Amino acid sequence: MTALSLTNLNKSFGPVKVLKDIDLTVEDGEFVVFVGPSGCGKSTLLRVIAGLEDATSGDIEIGGSNVNTTPPAKRGIAMVFQSYALYPHLNVRDNMALALKQEGQTKAEIEKRVAEASRMLSLEPYLDRRPSELSGGQRQRVAIGRAVVREPKLFLFDEPLSNLDAALRMNTRLEIAKLHRQLAASMIYVTHDQTEAMTLADRIVVLRDGRVEQVGTPMELYNNPANRFVAEFLGAPSMNFVPSEKLGGPAGEDVGIRPEHVQIVETAGRLSGTVIHVEQLGGDTNVIVDIGSEAPFTVRLFGQYAVEPGTEVHLGFEDAKTYRFGSDGTRLG
Amino acid sequence: MNKARRNPVNVFAAHAVLIVYTLIALFPVFVIIVNSFKTRKAIFREPLALPGSDSFSMIGYQTVMKQGDFVLYFQNSMIVTVASLFFILLFGAMAAFALSEYRFRGNTLMGLYLALGIMIPIRIGTVAILELMVQTGLVNTLLALILVYTAQGLPLAVFILSEFMRQVSDDLKNAGRIDGLSEYTIFFRLVLPLVRPAMATVAVFNMIPIWNDLWFPLILAPSEGTKTLTLGSQVFIGQFVTDWNAVLSALSLAILPVLVLYVIFSRQLIRGITSGAVK
Ligand SMILES: Nc1ncnc2c1ncn2[C@@H]1O[C@H](COP(=O)(O)OP(=O)(O)O)[C@@H](O)[C@H]1O
Ligand SMILES: [Mg+2]
Repeated sequence: MTALSLTNLNKSFGPVKVLKDIDLTVEDGEFVVFVGPSGCGKSTLLRVIAGLEDATSGDIEIGGSNVNTTPPAKRGIAMVFQSYALYPHLNVRDNMALALKQEGQTKAEIEKRVAEASRMLSLEPYLDRRPSELSGGQRQRVAIGRAVVREPKLFLFDEPLSNLDAALRMNTRLEIAKLHRQLAASMIYVTHDQTEAMTLADRIVVLRDGRVEQVGTPMELYNNPANRFVAEFLGAPSMNFVPSEKLGGPAGEDVGIRPEHVQIVETAGRLSGTVIHVEQLGGDTNVIVDIGSEAPFTVRLFGQYAVEPGTEVHLGFEDAKTYRFGSDGTRLG
Repeated sequence: MNKARRNPVNVFAAHAVLIVYTLIALFPVFVIIVNSFKTRKAIFREPLALPGSDSFSMIGYQTVMKQGDFVLYFQNSMIVTVASLFFILLFGAMAAFALSEYRFRGNTLMGLYLALGIMIPIRIGTVAILELMVQTGLVNTLLALILVYTAQGLPLAVFILSEFMRQVSDDLKNAGRIDGLSEYTIFFRLVLPLVRPAMATVAVFNMIPIWNDLWFPLILAPSEGTKTLTLGSQVFIGQFVTDWNAVLSALSLAILPVLVLYVIFSRQLIRGITSGAVK
């Protein structure tokens, strides 16, 4: 069964088209990540799915039934917001219980579900605290707990980790992945961070300017990007682009090479340039080279290398691992 | 303040300015209260002196209590002020919520229209208001005053509150919608508590002019049963003789309730429960 299907979805704010012809399905139990740069319409898409905004045109089906005119509370969804959005006047327990009370669940059922969720998210010691007495990470777990207790058909996450610091972000990411395995629920997760997208997703939907650029598993998108935008967006450090002419190809094309597919070689290679900066990360080393084209060229070396800025280096790579893009960004080969 | 950033000269200057300002602001109040406890002669001989054993007198208060029904005037003023504030806050907040939360045709225009009253004094319409009240039979009722004051206070209330409501997190309201709260619950339980400081500001701004107003009570409700305190005190101010003892005593008494209301509202002003709601 499909958890969600969007057909020909459009959304405009006045004259501004924010979502353009979105077609998409999410299968039962699938973890789908919407990824794209800020302002591309991810949150708007999520809010249209949640029913917080009306679609200008198009159809939304959740769990097989059309919900175009169903209010948010009746759509069988739960949403986790970037700003947590906890009710400031209620303690943790009541924050989680509120939606269930609104649904008219019995006291015993509410208690059972809140206990279950707080055990799963290690929130038991904090049940009687107000949101203002919790740390950021705890607040985000309460927000997740508030969604979990509802046992929704579809979870919606809107950048839930972007207010957390790096270490906490990693932990919470793992926790969300674990939650997905335990609940086997369908989840949609919005982020602008490609690492989160790659690590969490069963399938990634790349959005740009309100359009779906490509849909696929993380490795499909990484290994076989449909266009230059997807190629550049996924992978860190991001892909290098070299004008084809520099490599003896036709004019007006670009060749994309991932930083990890480049080696520094002794003999004069296909490209050469001056090292302008070195980033030592311990596990790997990023060498940024000026090869005389507009953008600097990044080489990712595994392990630790002492390269001095200013040295001349030669770069080698396999043609099989390069991508060709036309001047309009389409993939050529 | 952080110790490292504290500059003694600045601290001193700031306190000096504040103390001087406080003295200036409190001086008239001080003079009124002090003189209300003195004999008429003493008031004019030494207006700034404290009441001594020979100059002390409760004559003013006695006159006030004897003359007219001051308890009733008090009650009228209280009813009019509190009821007007209640309606200003209720309707002002509701209008502000609608303007800031919902996108509908004519939203901006409606906002401008509601704010227009800030610039146009309601007294310009006194004659029309009086005619209206006569026709509806509301002359000489407290309701007439409450309606007029509510109308007078709404523009500024809508203007201030809608500004504040725009700052209430959309996520919070949306979380409420997803959890199945009605728009009314979202308004009363989520949004209003978060704009409480702004509500208190509006209340304080409106309270004093309403309490002190002479114009509308005189025109719309001058009957004995509906006189407000300000209007009631006017009997002591005559064209030829003014009973200063009584005027000062009445004013001293009139200060008290506003003071109490002010303390209640200013508590709210500084209480911030927003922290921890979002982010
Ligand atoms: N309520 C709104 N009114 C007008 N424009 C909006 C509104 N909400 C979002 N937008 C516009 O829609 C675009 C997409 O916004 P959003 O979905 O929040 O992007 P993202 O979440 O991907 O960063 C932005 O350009 C934004 O300015
Ligand atoms: Mg967003």
